[in-house]
Amino acid sequence: MIWVDTIIQGILLGGLYALFAAGLSLVFGIMRLVNLAHGDLIVMGAYLMLVLVTLLGLSPFLAVFIAMPLMFVLGWVLQKFLLNRTLGDDILPPLLVTFGLSIALQNALLEGFSADSQRLPTNALTTASVDVGPITLGVMPLLTFASAVLVIIGLNQLFYRTELGRAFRATSDDATTASLMGIKPANIFATATGIALVIVTIAALYLGLRANFDPNIGPARLIYAFEAVIIGGLGSLWGTLLGGIIIGVAQTVGAAVNPEWQILAGHVAFLVVLLVRPRGLFPRAND
Amino acid sequence: MITRRRLLKSTAATGLTLAAGGLSAPALAQGAKIRLGYVSPQSGPLAAFSEADQFIIDGFLASDAGSNFEVIVKDSQSNPNRAAEVAKELIIDDEIDMMLVASTPETTNPVATTCEAEEIPVISTVAPWQPYFIGQQGNPGDPGSWQPFDFSFHFFWGLEDVISVFTAMWNQLDTNKSVGAIFPNDGDGNAWGDPVVGFPPVLDAQGYTLTDTGRYQNLTDDFSAQINAFKAANCEIVTGVPIPPDFTTFWTQAKQQGFNPKAASIGKAILFPQAVEALGDQGHNLSSEVWWSPSHPFASSLTGQSAGDLAAGYEAATGKQWTQPIGFVHALFEMAANVMGRVEDSRDPDEVTAAIAATQLSSIVGRIAFDGAGLPPFATQNVAKTPLVGGQWRLKDGGGYDLVIVDNSVHPDIPTGGSMEEIPS
Repeated sequence: MIWVDTIIQGILLGGLYALFAAGLSLVFGIMRLVNLAHGDLIVMGAYLMLVLVTLLGLSPFLAVFIAMPLMFVLGWVLQKFLLNRTLGDDILPPLLVTFGLSIALQNALLEGFSADSQRLPTNALTTASVDVGPITLGVMPLLTFASAVLVIIGLNQLFYRTELGRAFRATSDDATTASLMGIKPANIFATATGIALVIVTIAALYLGLRANFDPNIGPARLIYAFEAVIIGGLGSLWGTLLGGIIIGVAQTVGAAVNPEWQILAGHVAFLVVLLVRPRGLFPRAND
Repeated sequence: MITRRRLLKSTAATGLTLAAGGLSAPALAQGAKIRLGYVSPQSGPLAAFSEADQFIIDGFLASDAGSNFEVIVKDSQSNPNRAAEVAKELIIDDEIDMMLVASTPETTNPVATTCEAEEIPVISTVAPWQPYFIGQQGNPGDPGSWQPFDFSFHFFWGLEDVISVFTAMWNQLDTNKSVGAIFPNDGDGNAWGDPVVGFPPVLDAQGYTLTDTGRYQNLTDDFSAQINAFKAANCEIVTGVPIPPDFTTFWTQAKQQGFNPKAASIGKAILFPQAVEALGDQGHNLSSEVWWSPSHPFASSLTGQSAGDLAAGYEAATGKQWTQPIGFVHALFEMAANVMGRVEDSRDPDEVTAAIAATQLSSIVGRIAFDGAGLPPFATQNVAKTPLVGGQWRLKDGGGYDLVIVDNSVHPDIPTGGSMEEIPS
């Protein structure tokens, strides 16, 4: 029974990783921009919600809906006025700029909020659980996983059912040709980053409810997000969810064998997938 | 050969002799300010340790003795390499007379090692003495090769004190003596779980059974494996030394998965009230080691303030709850004033070192003396032990937590505020 529990806990953990990764996957898939500040943006989102919760006395689940439009605007401005200038044939400038952004964000948060550990205010829901047969599952991990699935479904609908989605895909495939058809890649990119930061806000909600955060915790979250994106394959959102689940299950199974193996097992799973399928499980684009 | 140090020493001595006309007054009265270097982690993951630094240093400089000093503060950025670098800057560019360094082996060790090499006296604190002393040895695995230091001194408690405090707290409760351990794969976790100097031999001797699932990596997101193992072993006590986010993850998951131990004695993670508050109302009756509190019956040799006054002053000045490092950082500056009050030439490292070694100070954290009390022979020269007791976090009406001392069996002079209680399940 412990094995079933281990695997289910791993799948639920995978939901969290998929949430961390979804925004990254979107930006990476559309404009090949590796955003090294992604983890720090999640932490910043968590602080934004903390401020809303503290100032307005809202529940974190309501605060997230106020934070989303704010983060969208931030993402739009960030892409339009900073990151768009770094895009080009050379892959180095976006890396360097987002790396710098990561350090600047960490220090700004440290200056503004001090190094104290914070957490979004919790209530009984945090430790609530439901019994499924002999297995006890936390309500919060279940919510996290459900949100991850909803985010992926929502993004897929956006990608394949709307005009904006068509523009996203066209720009991703060939920005030059797309711009001949009247699409402005700069604006498409800005909108994509805005949407990515909306997803970041949802990830931040669960990061902040699940455990403590402090200004320096972002980069540690980035690596799992990256691995989930790469395992899933470039541009595939369902692949990202599966990538998160693979890492999550690998970690809990590794830990069940020996806790020393927990983190390593996740990384090994990533390397194995890379060896077998170098382009990930479900690559969409051919580059 | 004329070394930089010897040149400085001779010129400084000549200069002072000329200026003071050969008078031998204590260094404190010689006009020119004594330069202290202070390194601590003011930014980065360890920054919570240094939140009170500015408050303490301002208080020190405003005191009578403090007016003779100039304090040059450097930030280690929670990075050992950076700590060594700023220590070197302080010694070479700022020409300090003595170094003070606080908080975690990641800060104290590189700074003390640098000072030892540059022959500058250094006093450190807020790191258990084992990682401080053993961590700086060439071969930590071979006790026969361990050498004492010439210029480095350290005051704090050791692992043996945490172990005796934790077991004394558990002995107050009626449990099945089955202990689950979460020891991470870092300096602290490996020391706590060490089969020779850590928890296992002591617990064994006292009739406890230990379920140690192995060393996990810091910033782990899932503790189901540990929780399942503790449930299987029917553990009623949990101990460990995780970092704060990991403990929150563990404790939340334990509650979600229906694991409710009677006692959880945790080092490091629940040191600061903010970290306990992050647990919501799930932090009630968690227990931890207490190195300093406002109810410790000690007073500052510098200002005469009691421990309670110092903590109240900090809370009034910053609006934040007191934390344990406050007392120790203050004591570090008490040491500096006390030592420099007993030397004639603050620029003579040998004299300053001899004065540190001869210290008999009643400080705000208790008596500090390098007399080897409670220490193995190899560490007696460099380490002074301060008292350690055990405490529990109690949920206050209207939110927030208070740290209540519940065990003082080793140091009965420190009053308790209650007795050990079970964690409500």
